[in-house]
Amino acid sequence: MINLLLRNIARFIVLVLLQVLIIDNIQFSEFVNPFIYVLFILLLPFETPGWLLLLSAFLLGFSVDLFEHTPGLHSSASIFMAFLRPLAQKLLSPRDDYEPNTFPRVYYYGFIWFLKYAFILVFMHHVFLFYLEVFTFSNFFMTLLKVILSTLFSLILIMISQYLIYKK
Amino acid sequence: MKNLIQFFIRFHFLILFIIIESGSLAIAFQYNQYQKAGVVTLVQNISGYYHSKVFSIAEYLNLRETNQQLANENVRLNNILQQAYRSDDIFFYKQEDTLNRQRFYLTSAKIINNSVNKKHNFLTLNKGTEQGLKPDMAIISSNGIVGVIYDVSKYYSTVISLLNTNLKISSKLLKNNYFGSLEWDGKDYRHAILNEIPYHVSVERGDTIVTSGYSAIFPEGIMIGTIEDFKIKGGNFYEINVALSTDFKHLTHVSAVSNLKKEGQKNLENIFPDD
Repeated sequence: MINLLLRNIARFIVLVLLQVLIIDNIQFSEFVNPFIYVLFILLLPFETPGWLLLLSAFLLGFSVDLFEHTPGLHSSASIFMAFLRPLAQKLLSPRDDYEPNTFPRVYYYGFIWFLKYAFILVFMHHVFLFYLEVFTFSNFFMTLLKVILSTLFSLILIMISQYLIYKK
Repeated sequence: MKNLIQFFIRFHFLILFIIIESGSLAIAFQYNQYQKAGVVTLVQNISGYYHSKVFSIAEYLNLRETNQQLANENVRLNNILQQAYRSDDIFFYKQEDTLNRQRFYLTSAKIINNSVNKKHNFLTLNKGTEQGLKPDMAIISSNGIVGVIYDVSKYYSTVISLLNTNLKISSKLLKNNYFGSLEWDGKDYRHAILNEIPYHVSVERGDTIVTSGYSAIFPEGIMIGTIEDFKIKGGNFYEINVALSTDFKHLTHVSAVSNLKKEGQKNLENIFPDD
């Protein structure tokens, strides 16, 4: 139990640092801004209570906001994503529900399941984030293109990470 | 109370989400200038719409009061309307303000009878000697000349219309000051004939004809009309058909021109005996 907690805290720190120190400094394109830190929310255990899910998502987003000088932006997007997480899990649940002592990872539930799961949540996160950032619907399709391309790159990075640390 | 607690427990996830989400959105709108401006604009749009709707409803509810106000206003305006008084007021508007140099002053009058279809047309005005009108005063409208006062009673006066074959008016071409005599030929209320313009003068269609000012009745330069066409009559003079600028069919208000220096001019001119 303590082990699980420590592992998640470590993942939190690593992902935030990876995001703000490395990925934010890579200029892919003006349309591509991948956000890999959301992986933390994806990988939280199934049994995580709702309040902890939301609070940790808030802390995660807030940490990223601190480094990116965008107070509230990533926090609200992360909270939104955390809010949708139980719904997505319910939507994608296997016939005999999630096994105890398993985690939402490729290792346990397969590539396709994890891709669907990650896609839904990452896409919603990016939609929320990018539209809140531009705060207008006047360039709707421009922003949508940005959302789609960024989601694609975030997903690629997230799927790669699943195979880099395959087991747990 | 128990139910309330159960409600909170049941929906704690949603409630917590709403609280934290609105908190972080508040942070976002508070500390990001761009989003802040966006929110302010949005709120202003919404509140502006709301206020305009509320105002229109309030307006509707106040209709009774507004109607009463309008009725009162109507009564007040009707009371100061011209019809409420005897129509004997005199308006003076001075052409030149300096007392000694003023040559003409104008008195407004209303036409109460008019005709255009006879050979000798007369008009009747609603003012007479009591308002300072005298025979031989010129009558003009805002569009041009109308006629000359023929006779006055205490409150009324008759005017020889320009549309009267007995009236001749000294007039001139505005562009080169050649003068002639204008009279009506008794045919068409929109046209009159200008005679005595010599053959060598160049005239063209559209040239303006104005009063010459030689008669001591009309001031100089009052609009009469424009040349419609012309032909050479007999000897050395044109016969010019003038389209009158005054529309005698719908005249209502005119001004009577009195020449303050008329006596002086007449007396001086009478020193030389007529041939």
